[in-house]
Amino acid sequence: MAEARIGRRRRVVGAHYGTRDFIVQRTTAVIMALYTLALVLYAVFVPSLDFESWRAFFAFKVGTLPVGQMLGSVAFLSLAWHAWVGARDIFMDYAHADGLRLFLEAVAVLWIVASVVFFGQILWSL
Amino acid sequence: MSESATKPRPQFRNLGVTDLMSYRLPPAAKTSFLHRISGALLLLALPLVIVPLFGQSVHSPETFAAMKAWVATPLCKIVLLVLMWGYFHHFCAGIRFLTLDLHIGNSRADSQRSGAVVIGVALGLTVVFGLKLFGVW
Repeated sequence: MAEARIGRRRRVVGAHYGTRDFIVQRTTAVIMALYTLALVLYAVFVPSLDFESWRAFFAFKVGTLPVGQMLGSVAFLSLAWHAWVGARDIFMDYAHADGLRLFLEAVAVLWIVASVVFFGQILWSL
Repeated sequence: MSESATKPRPQFRNLGVTDLMSYRLPPAAKTSFLHRISGALLLLALPLVIVPLFGQSVHSPETFAAMKAWVATPLCKIVLLVLMWGYFHHFCAGIRFLTLDLHIGNSRADSQRSGAVVIGVALGLTVVFGLKLFGVW
């Protein structure tokens, strides 16, 4: 792939996928870490941690705006993108046969997309 | 042709499972490897354990109670203990990678020490919350 050339001189050596994945992995990690911190602080400081207060963390609204669901969606979509970059990194390192890697990547995409739909359906029907 | 030209040149690729026995893995390498294992574990468990449990916990007071009863079974406790370790390790190792990105503690000695600390803290947190899970406190 690195041998592909445009014109006489220019070698096509990538499109900065590495840089993008680097930034995505760290940005999504920070979002998830902050969400975890918020959830832990809430669990520690809420007067009594029961069904109502637990549900409220994900379902609370500010006026009519479903902020709990929006923040939960941001955190879970970060998780999904983070998981994809991580899974792909593992497959690139250990699954060298093209067919096997393609198969594993397809399974991972289905696995992650199914998880997002599953979680979204739960979160947005609160 | 010299002799060296006919010998296959050594290739240093990513570690495979069979290499693990012969490679010396310093703490930072163990942390990195466990980061991958814990990440893969959490992704595998996501639609099978984590999201279903979450759904039970927020749906209704009845499903919340059912979730608590299910979590009280020994098999589920063991599964959750492993997933707790996975989350703690992935979280702590992730914080370490972020600080390394910020060029904090990049010397060989510091990075090996922080690698060992991550493994220890994750196991410590697992023990503390594992004791909570099994009702000791």
